[in-house]
Amino acid sequence: MTAVLSVRGLTRRFTPDRPPVLEGLSFALQAGEYVAIMGESGVGKSTLLNLIAGLDRPEEGSIELDGRELTRLDDDALTLERRRSMGFVFQAFHVLPYLSVARNVALPLELLGWPAAEREARVNAMLAEVGLADSAARLPRELSGGELQRVAIARALAHRPRLLLADEPTGNLDPGTAAQVLRLLKTQVAAQGGAGILITHSRAAAATADRAFMLDGHSLTPLAVAG
Amino acid sequence: MSGFARARVAFTVLAAQLQDRPERLLVTIGAIALGIALSVSVTLVNASAADEFGRASRALTGSADLVIDGGRGGFDEALYPSVARRPEVTVASPVLETELALAAGGTLMVLGVDPFLAGRLEPAIYGDLASHFTGLLGARAIVLSAAAATTLNVGRGGTLRVRLGREERLLEVIDVLPSSAYPRPLGVMDLGSAQWTLLRLGRLSRLELRLAPGVDPARFGASLALPAGALIARGTDLEGRGASLRRAYYANLDMLALVALLTGGFLVFATQALSTLRRRAQFALLRALGVTRAEVTLAVVLEGALVGLAGGILGTALGWVIAREALARFGGDLGAGYAAGPGTPLAAPATTLVAFVALGVLVSALSSWLPARRVAALAPARALKGGDPEFALATSSGGRRGAGLLIAGGAIAFAPPLGGLPLAGYLSIALLLFGAVLLVPSFARLVLAHLPTRVGPIGRLALAQLQGTVAESAVSLAAIVVSFSLMVSMAIMVHSFRDSFERWLGGVLPADVYLRVAPGSDTVLLSDADGRDIAAIPGVERAELRRVLPVLLAPDRPAVALIARRLDAVSVDRLPLLERASATPADLPAVYVSEAVHDLYRVGIGSRLTLPVGGQGRAVVVAGIWRDYARSSGTILIEQGTYRAWSHDVASTDAALWLKSGASAALVGAELTRRLKLGASLELIETSDLKARSLTAFDRAFTITYLLEAIAVAIGLAGVGFAFASTALARRAEFGVLRHLGCSARQLKRLLAGEGALVGALGALYGLLVGGLLSLVLVYVVNRQSFHWSLDFVVPVGQLLLVALALVLAAATTARLAARGVLGTSAVRAAREDW
Ligand SMILES: Nc1ncnc2c1ncn2[C@@H]1O[C@H](COP(=O)(O)OP(=O)(O)O)[C@@H](O)[C@H]1O
Ligand SMILES: [Mg+2]
Repeated sequence: MTAVLSVRGLTRRFTPDRPPVLEGLSFALQAGEYVAIMGESGVGKSTLLNLIAGLDRPEEGSIELDGRELTRLDDDALTLERRRSMGFVFQAFHVLPYLSVARNVALPLELLGWPAAEREARVNAMLAEVGLADSAARLPRELSGGELQRVAIARALAHRPRLLLADEPTGNLDPGTAAQVLRLLKTQVAAQGGAGILITHSRAAAATADRAFMLDGHSLTPLAVAG
Repeated sequence: MSGFARARVAFTVLAAQLQDRPERLLVTIGAIALGIALSVSVTLVNASAADEFGRASRALTGSADLVIDGGRGGFDEALYPSVARRPEVTVASPVLETELALAAGGTLMVLGVDPFLAGRLEPAIYGDLASHFTGLLGARAIVLSAAAATTLNVGRGGTLRVRLGREERLLEVIDVLPSSAYPRPLGVMDLGSAQWTLLRLGRLSRLELRLAPGVDPARFGASLALPAGALIARGTDLEGRGASLRRAYYANLDMLALVALLTGGFLVFATQALSTLRRRAQFALLRALGVTRAEVTLAVVLEGALVGLAGGILGTALGWVIAREALARFGGDLGAGYAAGPGTPLAAPATTLVAFVALGVLVSALSSWLPARRVAALAPARALKGGDPEFALATSSGGRRGAGLLIAGGAIAFAPPLGGLPLAGYLSIALLLFGAVLLVPSFARLVLAHLPTRVGPIGRLALAQLQGTVAESAVSLAAIVVSFSLMVSMAIMVHSFRDSFERWLGGVLPADVYLRVAPGSDTVLLSDADGRDIAAIPGVERAELRRVLPVLLAPDRPAVALIARRLDAVSVDRLPLLERASATPADLPAVYVSEAVHDLYRVGIGSRLTLPVGGQGRAVVVAGIWRDYARSSGTILIEQGTYRAWSHDVASTDAALWLKSGASAALVGAELTRRLKLGASLELIETSDLKARSLTAFDRAFTITYLLEAIAVAIGLAGVGFAFASTALARRAEFGVLRHLGCSARQLKRLLAGEGALVGALGALYGLLVGGLLSLVLVYVVNRQSFHWSLDFVVPVGQLLLVALALVLAAATTARLAARGVLGTSAVRAAREDW
């Protein structure tokens, strides 16, 4: 099996007088794998995701995506990687409030220059997958939190990214809705053929992944929660 | 897919947001439009006045290759045949220019010309005259310009009653020129009739020449032997003369246009910058979705340009309407009394209008670009969390650049005028202002760090909030600083001017009553016999006659007023002298020159000067420099005896009367009217009235200044309101948490009012400092170079403190009102959304 993502010796230090948040962290993610990363608040989970996404830069270490080294790329090249190969789901949804549900989902495709017809087909398909086929024309303000996160999932996966990065996607949802969203996330990552990282601090959430790890700043320790 | 196409997608996303909140878009466009409209209207009024002036003088002498100009004194007509005979000359048109006193009061400029010769040089004006050739030969025939016919209310076939000395005469209006021929009041007579009827036999004011092809005007001019008092000028010099006079009058308006432009431009900047900062989370999302930094920036700039285009078009249209209305109602000088009255036509060249629209686009795009660059460069991870970008104003390099601009601005203030204009002064003001704006965050941090902290929990909160968001508050602070400091500087200049003017009036008007006859006219003068009559009136203790006459010292400058009057030791001591020779050379007569003569002709104490008096150049020496607020093109005082000996001219233009104690000015006036028989040409005014009238005229001239200043400050406050409204939205979650923690809605309002007051106070304090600095440039550089007179620097402390206080209150109120929408229950919910 080839690694989709391979992280080696990753170190990120925000303030010189404090120990680094991440130090010498290494791990690999295989194609089609969907893993959960847990950890206490402030341990550096979001920092790790930001580094992988190229939204932040490490002091040391390497990050390879499909064998391409990311840390040496300039900002524009990193942007291109994000646009083509990654999808994001945030805790606070970040669904643009002034765009329709369909336009929100279409956004990555527009940026990739998909022709309108293909784009429309793909958006409709994704909305159907997340159970929002009837909501294409609605505005985010008419949607509930769970629905908003489903829009975000559809947007994150619309362009079939190699890697999905979800940072506490259920932190703002009630347990029932959260369970639905997590299930959807897992099935969709598998259905769209990518790998995924789910950041969470809930054991129940972590249990939906194929494997789960505990982050302590230096290493990822496997956890026996997956089911 | 190209980067541009992606930028377009990003742009449509941004545009969708604007559509979603149209009221915000409208506020932004409105703010830009207001700023542009302010600048457009002032600029157009200025340009229209200049245009009318320029057209008038171009129409008169614009197509002559060379003009031999004798000014109002003129020269002997014997010069005419000797010049006309020269082979280099194709057309020589002799002109006698006379300010003719009208029986009803006032004067009319009358040109005596040879209709055929004049028509060959300036067909636009005189082209029609040739058809009246025989009619014009009548000794009393006159043709009026359309403007003259309208103001004097006579038409073709009517008569015009004029005054020549103690007598009245009737002129016959044989025709009226079309209004396209000449824009201002003017009368045209045959040269011979004018010389005869207006008692100027044998005199010419100028010769207008057309030279043969290939003749170099400069070389030809130098080859002529001219009598004293006659100068060689180019046709365009005469236009420049009017312009330099007008330019000084409009220095005030130019300054206001600058204020309008800077305030307007800054308002555009503040609105666009804040609107960009506010949406940083959206930009960050676009970055996360794979839009590059350059593409996000491009999209933002594109959006800024479009918003600027809308605001620019709207503002230019609005400014055009305001300018047209102002011109129609108040005239080209906005009622200051310097130029022709209401009805100056609006000159709005398409290039100017397009330039202003382009300016709106440029400033708006630039104002989006500066913060967009910061936002795009900001790690998207931080922006998604709502972190603060370091705003351009708040960086340490901004502080260094600000200090650099201040130093550069201060240094440039010492540069000499450019082409007679205080351009370096204006540039210095702009540099100082921008430097001061860049230093706003440093100033804010400095002051905030030194404020007392024992102010109760809400006060501490307000303080902490401002300390934590200096970057954003800096924008609203800067909006106040720009408008308020400009207002302060103008207020100090106007106050200094008024104060100096008032004290000057007290000094230069020692007599009880002043008498003038048809001011500015060539046809009504006082004789020595009149002087004796005046002195003989019971109640008159003493009368002092003066002769004021314009003399030309340089071809491209307006005439200097030569005043022949008694100059004994006592009266010299009374002059508002600024500098005085310790001992005057005994060999030459002494003159006392105004500051304008000192500035414009580069003469100082002890300098020798040649004055054209009585057809000869006479050498004099400068014995003193005095302050004259009455004439900005220069005044020279000479002893009456010297002048009379040189010129044999014993006429006078005005008189100062000292009354016996207890004498009634009204009775003396009635007696003067009866004895002098000068009708409406006699103007009498008591000193107290003259002072009051001068101050009223002064205040009227500056009314428009106060009005525009008020508008500028209101715009600055609008900027504050806008800033608070936009940050209040972003702070909903913060307010929600405060409510969770047990703050009442009233306390939140107090918090906001407190923050507003603090911003207002900071802006007022800094604005006073910066305004004080700018006022130094205005008083010592711009004013001096525009008007050529000095002012005593006087600060209206009470008035400024009052306005500062009003500013603080207005800022507090604005801040509170701006945030009222986000303090309710929605704020409580907002807390749960993002934290
Ligand atoms: N941009 C930043 N600057 C300074 N410190 C940061 C920054 N981002 C995160 N940190 C710090 O790094 C640590 C890890 O943060 P984060 O990765 O957000 O934690 P979490 O595991 O809760 O997602 C925290 O102590 C946080 O304060
Ligand atoms: Mg986190």
